[in-house]
Amino acid sequence: MAEAQNAPTLNSVRAGGPPPVGSTTAGQIAVAAESTVATRMSAPPSFDVADFPVPHGREEEWRFTPLERLRGLHDGTAVATGDGVRIDIDAPAGVVVETVGRDDARLGRAGAPVDRVAAQAYSAFEKAGVVTVPKETVLTEPIRIAVHGQGGVAYGHQVIELGAFAEAVVVIDHTGDTVLAANVDYILGDGAKLTVVSVQDWDDKAVHVGQHNALIGRDATFKSFVVTFGGDLVRLHPRVAYAGTGGEAELFGLYFTDAGQHQEHRLLVDHNTPHCKSNVAYKGALQGDGAHAVWIGDVLIEATAEGTDTYEMNRNLVLTDGARVDSVPNLEIETGEIVGAGHASATGRFDDEQLFYLMARGIAADDARRLVVRGFFAELVQQIGVDDIEERLLVKIDAELEATL
Amino acid sequence: MATLEIRDLHVTVEADNATKEILKGVDLTVKQGETHAIMGPNGSGKSTLAYSLAGHPKYTITGGTVTLDGEDVLEMSVDERARAGLFLAMQYPVEVPGVSVSNFLRTSATAIRGEAPKLRTWVKEVREAMERLNMDPAFAERNVNEGFSGGEKKRHEILQLELLRPKVAILDETDSGLDVDALRVVSEGVNRVRETGEVGTLLITHYTRILRYIKPDYVHVFSAGRIVESGGAELADKLENEGYEVYTKGGASA
Repeated sequence: MAEAQNAPTLNSVRAGGPPPVGSTTAGQIAVAAESTVATRMSAPPSFDVADFPVPHGREEEWRFTPLERLRGLHDGTAVATGDGVRIDIDAPAGVVVETVGRDDARLGRAGAPVDRVAAQAYSAFEKAGVVTVPKETVLTEPIRIAVHGQGGVAYGHQVIELGAFAEAVVVIDHTGDTVLAANVDYILGDGAKLTVVSVQDWDDKAVHVGQHNALIGRDATFKSFVVTFGGDLVRLHPRVAYAGTGGEAELFGLYFTDAGQHQEHRLLVDHNTPHCKSNVAYKGALQGDGAHAVWIGDVLIEATAEGTDTYEMNRNLVLTDGARVDSVPNLEIETGEIVGAGHASATGRFDDEQLFYLMARGIAADDARRLVVRGFFAELVQQIGVDDIEERLLVKIDAELEATL
Repeated sequence: MATLEIRDLHVTVEADNATKEILKGVDLTVKQGETHAIMGPNGSGKSTLAYSLAGHPKYTITGGTVTLDGEDVLEMSVDERARAGLFLAMQYPVEVPGVSVSNFLRTSATAIRGEAPKLRTWVKEVREAMERLNMDPAFAERNVNEGFSGGEKKRHEILQLELLRPKVAILDETDSGLDVDALRVVSEGVNRVRETGEVGTLLITHYTRILRYIKPDYVHVFSAGRIVESGGAELADKLENEGYEVYTKGGASA
């Protein structure tokens, strides 16, 4: 697998020097040389959809997304139908689960929408969900949130808040068919530990767009796994900011993009606070005509964020012809007083020599492919650290591989 | 008794927009229990023979036959050849990221044996085979060939040879890049397999050094895409003293 690794120097980044490394299956570099985190947005963050122009597709934040497949989420024509999704929340004792109105003060504290669809979701939802793990509550069982698409159009907002020193694992499963724009806020109190596993296991026609804002308290730890298998179009925008020093974010993701699917993960880690850490690792496998995966990894180290330690990585494994990857890591550094900052992006083909080696040991071609892809993902899954969830994900990956390879 | 028969094998490869014939009529019969050394200068086509027998897609068979116990090997896919009992220990084993050695070995053994080996006996079998090759048990949890030293890669190939118990083993320059200690360990592994009497061995090498550890029954000199001389172990001594020059200076046309 060809690998490009960059640890940009301060000067080159400040001067807008060499463009970040990207890769496509054609071996071209898909990079907006002029792009910065700020210029990626066509309007400042806002909760009001009217503050964002309807995108036409050439904007930096929309240029990889096939707008016509958003089914109107981006231009105001997608009207909520009331039967969009059913949400079931299964929470252990001690957790407070509420459904609240738009005026609830706890909504929107982790960050404002940064694009038109996120703002549309915020402007259009009627009820929001708030799940609260009170301070110092340490859960031994996960909170399970099942979001099941029922064919209609839906807008939503979910808050998951952990009080100081609370610890929780949240598993969010997305299934069924829907056109959904929904944002999630994760608010971590000081010293809290939250692990979130969000699985997008949609039916083939589903459309899902969402902005995930995590606000990480002092010495708190946020670990996120975004797992995308299904859907016609999935575009997720996980964002992290820190509310105090000593915060840690680990953002892991894996996606398996099949023929015709568009799966886009756009990340931002905003190191706005000193002495925080972030580690981003996303891996994707693609196969089939028109499979398109987009990964944007923005890391911003603000001038105040001394002592920052960050690394981001994206790897893609292209199994067949006709699939396309756009991978754009982007690191902006405004202070030199940091522990470390780096990024890597690699897109490789499933190698004929690997296939030959495995087949020369009696393993049939399909089994060989499955073995390699499973191994490629397993490395990441093993980072979850919750055995039964790891096991469940591996079973899901196996089923996905069984069905498609 | 298993027999690999190669008859008048012709093989071409595409290079620089041209088709080049590498093998120009190879005849060889390897029977179970026999060890044949194929020796020759660089570029003579030795490795092409090895990879063609295993079915590497880079090589095109343009003539001749290869059979294993009468079955047409050339009609088989790469994995079918392996399951039929052919094994190629590669000169440059390939890295397979994300796949552990233990998972790889078990998947492979399951494919070759036609059923998953019983877990308890399998674990013991692997552990003992690794011990015999002086391999650290932690090796099993590493990814296949990833970050392996040259010696580790070759030990791993021989470990597979021991576990998969083929009918015919082709060892492609297994000795290259090994120091004397590693060469001894690897050779002992090959000899253990040979002593079962159940494998025919095709030992491809550039150097006579490995033949001090693995005694061949037959030695064949390979030059310009075919076997130009065959003899017993004494032929290796002649090569040791005289080199390949006599074969490369027009001798190949004979």
